Amino acid sequence: MTSVSVKDLRLSFGQVTVLDQLNLDIQEGEFLVLLGSSGCGKSTLLNCIAGLLDITDGQIFINGRNVTWDEPKDRGIGMVFQSYALYPQMTVEKNLSFGLKVAKLPQGEIDKRVARAAEILQIGPLLKRKPSELSGGQRQRVAIGRALVRDVDVFLFDEPLSNLDAKLRSELRVEIKRLHQSLKNTMIYVTHDQIEALTLADRIAIMKGGVIQQLADPNTIYNAPRNMFVAGFIGSPSMNFLKGEIATGADGKTVFVAGGVTFSLNGYRAGDPLLPGRKVVLGVRPEHVAVDEAAAGGELHEAVVDIEEPMGADNLLWLKHAGHTMAVRTAGSRRFRPGTKVRLSFDMSLASLFDAATEERI
Amino acid sequence: MSDRGHLKKTAHLAEVPAALEAGPRGAKPRRLVSTRTIVVYGTLFVAAAYYLLPLYVMIVTSLKGMPEIRVGNIFSPPLEITFEPWVKAWSSACTGLNCDGLSRGFWNSVMITVPSTIISIAVASINGYALSNWRFKGADIFFTILIVGAFIPYQVMLYPLVIVLREIGLYGSLAGLVIVHTIFGMPILTLLFRNYFASLPEELFKAARVDGAGFWGIFLKIMVPMSLPIFVVAMILQVTGIWNDFLFGVVFTRPEYYPMTVQLNNIVNSVQGVKEYNVNMAATILTGAFPLLVYFVSGRLFVRGIAAGAVKG
Repeated sequence: MTSVSVKDLRLSFGQVTVLDQLNLDIQEGEFLVLLGSSGCGKSTLLNCIAGLLDITDGQIFINGRNVTWDEPKDRGIGMVFQSYALYPQMTVEKNLSFGLKVAKLPQGEIDKRVARAAEILQIGPLLKRKPSELSGGQRQRVAIGRALVRDVDVFLFDEPLSNLDAKLRSELRVEIKRLHQSLKNTMIYVTHDQIEALTLADRIAIMKGGVIQQLADPNTIYNAPRNMFVAGFIGSPSMNFLKGEIATGADGKTVFVAGGVTFSLNGYRAGDPLLPGRKVVLGVRPEHVAVDEAAAGGELHEAVVDIEEPMGADNLLWLKHAGHTMAVRTAGSRRFRPGTKVRLSFDMSLASLFDAATEERI
Repeated sequence: MSDRGHLKKTAHLAEVPAALEAGPRGAKPRRLVSTRTIVVYGTLFVAAAYYLLPLYVMIVTSLKGMPEIRVGNIFSPPLEITFEPWVKAWSSACTGLNCDGLSRGFWNSVMITVPSTIISIAVASINGYALSNWRFKGADIFFTILIVGAFIPYQVMLYPLVIVLREIGLYGSLAGLVIVHTIFGMPILTLLFRNYFASLPEELFKAARVDGAGFWGIFLKIMVPMSLPIFVVAMILQVTGIWNDFLFGVVFTRPEYYPMTVQLNNIVNSVQGVKEYNVNMAATILTGAFPLLVYFVSGRLFVRGIAAGAVKG
């Protein structure tokens, strides 16, 4: 069943149109991540769903109800903000119960809900404290609790972990995932962090310039990006792009030629026919290149190690190959001196081909 | 010998020559007297004396009897301290019409200042909140008009306002003067509150909306409790401004409602009899004492960091 549905959404501020003809359906219990760099419209979209921004055109449905003109409080949503947005003059307990008091719920019910949220988030001992006496992680937990007590179907997260340091961020990330697994609410989560997106999401919507570039599960987004923007945005370091063209090889098979080097396309499943002479871009992720050994169905290419970046578990090599600089991920135990000549092989079944003009996947 | 050499090598500073080791170490010493400190403290002292000397003369003169003042040295401390001038200034100095001193003006000023301050701050804070958080249609135009109002000289508006107040029947009354003060405080106070509310994290406002609080709920339960510092600033501005006002007080009220400043002027400028400098000085200090007191008391209320903890700080 559809939980949240956005139909033909348009939002303009005067002459500037931020979102245009945006459609999005989110299933009940789904964890959807809106991913994009700053200014791509992801937070704007979330604010529209929350009712904090008045839309220009289109409709928004939540749980089968048309909420397009409803106030935020009537939409059945809870929201968690990047800056926590806790009321500084109130204790944690009052922060949690504020919305329920405004809604004039009976005190017994308020106490019950606050106690339940405090138990789930393990903030019971903090209830009498003020937000200024809490650490960043505790504050964000309280902020999540404030959404929790509202007993709503849809949770909206607006970059909730961006203000935390790396260690706390990964801890709370796991906690949010656990929360989703136990509550099974619909969650819409805005972030610019691809790790958060890949680890948390059932589906990811990658946005750029107010347009959803691709909406798919993390695996599809990672391995079969629909265009070069998605391919380059996801993955760190970025996918290697080689500009070249399609040609016919000596044995009559279709090959890819870039910088005078020929790549066989064995194992690549193209959606479009690959006609010789077509200008294309080959995208290969750093971990889909093998060093000094033949990958499945690949052939060997010579390259020179330029820079080595040991990262503990991995060892990242920057290589010069066929006139390009290419990033390759190897095991951390393997070390290479700069200037070393190595042989590469590419796993074409995991590579991507893009049209050079449209930048769309072929 | 070789053993000692070995030991020295393992010690960390073994490589540093003894001459360098004897050099500077620890905190850099500061010279107590330097050209810089002399210039800084000298300037501060002169500036302080410039402002304190008149105050000294006033206090000293107000404590002298008239015969002593006639001797002529205004800087000399009183030989015989008397509080007679203070009592007279407060309760029996004559303004030509009546002889009950400043006390009448004091209570008038209180009755003008207190409601004017409360009403103007209440209205301006709501204005500022609406302008910064609820971007209603025409908010920018409204705000621009309000700010332009702050730049128009008072004198231009004086006569039209007199006519308006006369037409609505409030000319000469305390209520009329309170309205005038409230109106004239509006541009600067609205600007003050608008900028302060705009500096509060917008997400707090959004969170309160998701929690279901409305226009007044957010204002009274979220915004006002976070805004004590700016309310204190506005209060100081209004209290001192209205208390020290002379022009509106003399234009918009009848003599029986004259504020303290006008009363002071009438006492000092009354032409009958001898000029009683000691009474005049005492009356002036009494008039200025109230704003001074407000500064001292509310300075402590300047609690900063009220918003700490709302956002990552």
